[in-house]
Amino acid sequence: MSFINYMAREINCKIVYYGPGLCGKTTNLQYIYERTNPDAKGKMISLATETDRTLFFDFLPLALGEIRGFKTRFHLYTVPGQVFYDASRKLILKGVDGVVFVADSQVGRIEANQESVENLRTNLAEQGYSLDKVPYVVQYNKRDLPEIATVEELRELLNPTNVPDFEGVARTGVGVFDTLKAVAKLVLTELKRGGP
Amino acid sequence: MVNPQMVMYEEEFNQIQNVVDRLVKDANAKVVFIVDKNGQLIAASGDVDNLDTTSLASLTAGNIAATGGMAKLLKENEFATQFHEGEKANIHIQLVGNRVILVVIFDSKSSLGLVRLRVRKASEELNHIFEALLKKVQEPGADSPFAEITDEDIDNLFND
Repeated sequence: MSFINYMAREINCKIVYYGPGLCGKTTNLQYIYERTNPDAKGKMISLATETDRTLFFDFLPLALGEIRGFKTRFHLYTVPGQVFYDASRKLILKGVDGVVFVADSQVGRIEANQESVENLRTNLAEQGYSLDKVPYVVQYNKRDLPEIATVEELRELLNPTNVPDFEGVARTGVGVFDTLKAVAKLVLTELKRGGP
Repeated sequence: MVNPQMVMYEEEFNQIQNVVDRLVKDANAKVVFIVDKNGQLIAASGDVDNLDTTSLASLTAGNIAATGGMAKLLKENEFATQFHEGEKANIHIQLVGNRVILVVIFDSKSSLGLVRLRVRKASEELNHIFEALLKKVQEPGADSPFAEITDEDIDNLFND
């Protein structure tokens, strides 16, 4: 649910990065944080365990520029990917305007990806959203690793509705900004239509 | 539509800001701010210059969401009030109308009793303002200012 503030002349939107454990959601945000102008970003917050696994969420506020005199601000969140943190994932999806699904391209993680997409669909539905309607993009991450599935295979399994998808290597930044721009664009287009 | 769009107009913003400004004085607080349940900062007052209010807003909403999750598991409706006591600073968090969160940060110049008392009054006022705001947003004809933006406007954002 975006927030339009006529007084401050700004619009705030919430984007959530979803995906199985260790797929690179936090790494996406870290790369965006490192490569963004200091005046366009706030502090990145990570609520993580001592071993750097996301415990609740990561948060990164970004300013993208102005549209018709309104500052556009995006709040990026990640969910904890590990299966047993499902209660926390549900909370973070509240009020979401756009979703990025980060898939782990490694062959051994195919099932984890599928489970996570299903989990996303279920948790969105609980909030009254449909994955087929919410602004949604997919990133096939870790393309630099050996033993990865082909993009065609991943697409067939994880992106049957053909939403915008990107190959990524979040560690070095490949595809990170393309993914972000694509989802931000979909969110703004949805706003234009008067949704969600 | 699951959640009605959150919109803030000048008139309501000024009313809210008044309540928040007054609460800082009445409660002897350092900082008072209001956040919506999704973590968007709505208004702030007091000594906010050296404070990362954006991060605080997001964490407050996360906190309220987590507490709400616990309440659900215990078959409680909500835990509407939270209090965190530090060595120097204390935080009082109040859910208002199950929609926005009122946060008061105070030190030894104030007391929990005073803060609670003033928060209760401010909550009632805020509740009225937000109810009226919600009605206004849902009125037909309250179009999004974004209805008129073009694909080109959106593309231009990403051209640098």
